[in-house]
Amino acid sequence: MSKTKTAGFAVVAGIALTTLMAGTALADPALVYDGGGKFDASFNESAYNGAEQFKADTGQDYQDLEISGDAQREQAIRQFAARGNNPIVLPGFSWETALRSVAADFPDTSFLIIDTVVDDLDNVRSVVFKEHEGSFLVGVLAAMATETGTIGFIPAFDFSLLQSFGCGYKQGARYIDPDVQIIETAIGTGFDAFNNPGGGTEVALSQIDRGADVIYHAAGGAGVGVLQAAADSGVLGIGVDSNQNHLHPGSVLTSMIKRVDVAVYNAFEDFANDTWTNDVQVLGLAEDGVGAAFDDNNASLITDEMRAAVDDATAKIISGEVVVHDYRTDESCPV
Amino acid sequence: MEDLISILVTTIRVSTPLILACLAGLYSERAGIVDIGLEGKLLGSAFGAAVVAAVTGNVWLGLLAGIGVSLVFSGIHGLASINFRGNQIISGVALNFLASGLTVFLGAAWFGRGGNTPPLSGGARFYAIQLPFARELAGVPVIGPIYSGLISGHTILTYIAFLAVPLTAFVLWRTRFGLRLRAVGENPKALDTAGMSVSWLRYKALAITAVLVGMGGAYLSTAQAASFSREMSSGRGYIALAALIFAKWKPYPALGACLLFGFLEALQYRLQGVSLPVIGPVPTQAMQALPYVLTILLLAGFVGRAIAPKASGQPYVKER
Repeated sequence: MSKTKTAGFAVVAGIALTTLMAGTALADPALVYDGGGKFDASFNESAYNGAEQFKADTGQDYQDLEISGDAQREQAIRQFAARGNNPIVLPGFSWETALRSVAADFPDTSFLIIDTVVDDLDNVRSVVFKEHEGSFLVGVLAAMATETGTIGFIPAFDFSLLQSFGCGYKQGARYIDPDVQIIETAIGTGFDAFNNPGGGTEVALSQIDRGADVIYHAAGGAGVGVLQAAADSGVLGIGVDSNQNHLHPGSVLTSMIKRVDVAVYNAFEDFANDTWTNDVQVLGLAEDGVGAAFDDNNASLITDEMRAAVDDATAKIISGEVVVHDYRTDESCPV
Repeated sequence: MEDLISILVTTIRVSTPLILACLAGLYSERAGIVDIGLEGKLLGSAFGAAVVAAVTGNVWLGLLAGIGVSLVFSGIHGLASINFRGNQIISGVALNFLASGLTVFLGAAWFGRGGNTPPLSGGARFYAIQLPFARELAGVPVIGPIYSGLISGHTILTYIAFLAVPLTAFVLWRTRFGLRLRAVGENPKALDTAGMSVSWLRYKALAITAVLVGMGGAYLSTAQAASFSREMSSGRGYIALAALIFAKWKPYPALGACLLFGFLEALQYRLQGVSLPVIGPVPTQAMQALPYVLTILLLAGFVGRAIAPKASGQPYVKER
């Protein structure tokens, strides 16, 4: 082990990021945000909130870093690992490649990766969410809120994780109204689509022109363009990942929340309490890992009937009476 | 009919930054300066506009900041390619890299959103303008949908972009400045012999370029979208250059070329998942590849021989 570790130190010695992390106390947890950035009002911000919550509750400080490009991924993790930060939390499936090349060199460091499964390494915990279950709930709300009978879904691009959002959404909408029309339009063809809010706006406007009056996005940063277009056009948007209801109060029907903050909090807590496990955790409705967001900003949009339908669907999914198909299991959607 | 109008409306929206950038390129290339840095200027001015609009809450200050950023870029480009007679392509590419890196770096440092700026609202954005009588005429057949649906309801920058086309044509073909501008791109020596400053003319052309492309950049971040996001120009500067070549450096054909590229993009957003007659539903990826495929076909097959201004890309060396 010492040999590999020394090699790791040697590699790290020349890395320019050093100054950014000067003064790191040993064994502080570390959190490295994905490309969207710390305050993306979505996925990464949720991770940040979890870490901040833990800091507020326990006084345990943590180190965090924003990367400015894919080239920095591996050196960023390696740097934290070499400095002794533990555990290292990596929200986002884009971290997988970098994680694989670093984790093996630091067997004593624990890693958490969110949104993808890395189960063949001994020091990695993976947390994935049942996005299809949360999306089912917002689909239920969309089908009840639509007046035109047409609802929209906008993924960043054609990708199985994003399709699982869409597939759950469709199942939820069809559960309420089997005849509801669902328009699906992707913004782009690759990961850069997550950073194209202008494209999100155009796609949303084209769906609105085609009659959609409730639009759900699974497009990260580009989603702000979708919600903007919906608010500007007087129709409803549905947020994703973190609670985005506040972005346009009264114009965002709800948000499909993924409790990335809980995953981060639990990781920090487990490590502090010596109860860390290197396993695969799947957080769904039953674990409170996903859900639909209700707050003051969307209170005027949600009727008691809608709230009851969501509660009913939640109970049925948890009890197993309703099974939401996961697109990722067979790369197809039944509805 | 309604479908067509909606596609054309999208076309106008997505063409606006292309038209501004393409006309911008026209001025500098007509003056003999190749401006591959249009992409970087679009990106830089989109960033400048979004940052200032977000901080001050005033979109007009944002627009000025956007134009300011592209003026600085133009100044650097001019210094490198006019005064120091450097390679214009290299200078332009360097500016593109500078814009790409600097916007993300500064954005992340100032706002912590991975290079994006905070969303703009209220007075910090350009909104659609309803033209006079648009509402009254909306019900009239034919004229109604075209005037109220298609022509009315865009932001001020879109109208500026479309008005800039006849203005550019007028300046280029009907004014003394236009004659000199064309001359300095074709035969700078003749101009020099007549006692005019080649450098000064080229700087003026670059300044006009900066103003136009600055508005294009501001459109991206404060009118079309409501925040800056990293790499948001996504190749529009290069597409504008392609349109310029396609249009053979002439203003009205440039408008046509930009509208065509815009139309293809609009079609791509619109036709995804729609079942077409005979063919059936076309895969998303095929639809998304359409603009690029047609670009290649058009540029390869239909453009004919495109002859650039003769002195384009060559630094002028005054005889001593």
